[in-house]
Amino acid sequence: MANSLIIRKSIITVIMLVCSVLFLLPFVWMLSTSFKIEADVFKFPIQWIPERWNGFKNYQEVWFGDYPFYVYYWNTIKVTVITTCVSVVVSALAAYGFSKVKFPFGKFLFMIVLATYMVPPQAILVPQFILFRKIGLFDSHFGLILLGSFSVLGTFMLRQFFMSIHNDYIEAAKIDGAGHWRIFWSIALPIVKPAIATYGILRFIWTWNDYQNPLIFLRTDSLLTIQIAMQKFTTINGEFYSLIMAAAVSAILPLVIVFIIGQKQVIEGIALGGVKG
Amino acid sequence: MSVKTELTTPVKVVEKEEKIAKEKSENLTGILFVSPMLIGVSVLVLLPIFATFALSFADWSFITPLSQLKWVGFDNFTRLFEDTVFLKSLRNNAIFVLTVPICMAISLLIAVTIDRNVYLKGFFKVAFFMPYISSVVAIAVVWQVLFHPSQGPINQVLMSLGIENPPLWIADPNFALISIMIIQVWISIGFNMIIYLAGLQSIPRDLYEAADIDGANAWVKFRHITLPMISPTSFFLFITGIISTFKVFDLIAVLTKGGPMNSTSMIVWNLYDTAFVNLKIGYASAMAVVLFIVVFGITVFQWIGQKKWVNY
Repeated sequence: MANSLIIRKSIITVIMLVCSVLFLLPFVWMLSTSFKIEADVFKFPIQWIPERWNGFKNYQEVWFGDYPFYVYYWNTIKVTVITTCVSVVVSALAAYGFSKVKFPFGKFLFMIVLATYMVPPQAILVPQFILFRKIGLFDSHFGLILLGSFSVLGTFMLRQFFMSIHNDYIEAAKIDGAGHWRIFWSIALPIVKPAIATYGILRFIWTWNDYQNPLIFLRTDSLLTIQIAMQKFTTINGEFYSLIMAAAVSAILPLVIVFIIGQKQVIEGIALGGVKG
Repeated sequence: MSVKTELTTPVKVVEKEEKIAKEKSENLTGILFVSPMLIGVSVLVLLPIFATFALSFADWSFITPLSQLKWVGFDNFTRLFEDTVFLKSLRNNAIFVLTVPICMAISLLIAVTIDRNVYLKGFFKVAFFMPYISSVVAIAVVWQVLFHPSQGPINQVLMSLGIENPPLWIADPNFALISIMIIQVWISIGFNMIIYLAGLQSIPRDLYEAADIDGANAWVKFRHITLPMISPTSFFLFITGIISTFKVFDLIAVLTKGGPMNSTSMIVWNLYDTAFVNLKIGYASAMAVVLFIVVFGITVFQWIGQKKWVNY
């Protein structure tokens, strides 16, 4: 009985392994093509392991060629890291305020904030664009960072965690003379650290992947982030698929690293809130 | 007696004053905590919503000064529903919604399979989740090459299998939307699977044990325990899935730009094209209002539906 179960489990594992490899073939193809010389890209049968290696030159062209990726990488890292930090701080403050401090209309204000989550981002693009043109935030990293800094989702997620902190803790701290700022810093934040890590990683991935906002709110070439640069690079290098794949690998790599390091948090966070983009 | 009252009243007053002062400072702290978020949401979301509604009744273009703005009432909306490209976009959106149940079915199958029946569960989770966390632009570019009409690996495989005239995929008006739907399903499987896996954890084990005692086979258990017990998750995925199909932009922008012959144009793409390529602000805002109303309608439907149809 036990043996037949093990055999059954092994067979299903092997079937699923085959499925997952098929599922990931586009990534494998991308990676292998990025190391090929251009003439071998469309050779059939597909060379999964390149016969003639040209990886070094391909990546050199992507990173330091006419459209140097190190510039866009730096822009993206800057925008992503700052957006993530600001967004975590703003969300954590609001989440604490909405869950642990009593003030008039607190519940009502939270409902309004929550309701804005429903608004499709594209439905407010035009006024945002006009506003940013008027106040001079158009075509700047600062404007892009602002756009990503006020996350309803982050506030909601972190609020759920703050709610789980027992009010007795906070009352006790108050009797000892601590104000809300002290309580926030030294009691509440340490307790919700895992939730902050989860949200921070998700926000990092989403900001890194953002295509729409940089497309609309940035114009100057030297300010572009990696997603837009990736598309421009593709347009310029139209037929050089090995180069394009090297660029694609470069654009995805940081995400894969962040995801693999934080996979537990990412998967738990997604499952917990059923959160999305 | 009178001495007593004289003694207690000031104390009470002081206490009361202290209490009011405390409450005031508590109110102030509360507002300070939430104010960054409130200001951000007001300026970047609430204000633009009102502006969108207002602009949808106006005829105005980016290139003309604000003084040229004309109020045209419902003109934009009447034009919208005679606009063949917009109607086609709406229709494409409706077709695109089909990706949601397809993706849910595949994801549930994967989730049920890897939940208890395999080794290396952690690996499978990561593997199927990869497309979801990868950058859409990079993914779109990879698929663009995979779908290459004459030399792409997909068509080369099809041809070597004896299919003489494989579809031209994103270059063919009849296949472009389907191609993008395939990519969308591929991207979303990971997300759906993770949510389903979490849902499966919450089904009590003893239900299956009881079914085992009754001699139920795997299909009966799936049909009569898993499926009904997981229905809240399915409902959630269905609604969020539909809403997210109305926001698909990156794939279209990178792969087809709504073409060929508007066969992949969807509301959001149409809106972007109208506002930022053709610079028609009022008209694009009317599209935004339609988009907003559709998403709002689905959300309301979810609120009502959650209570009515979820099977517990």
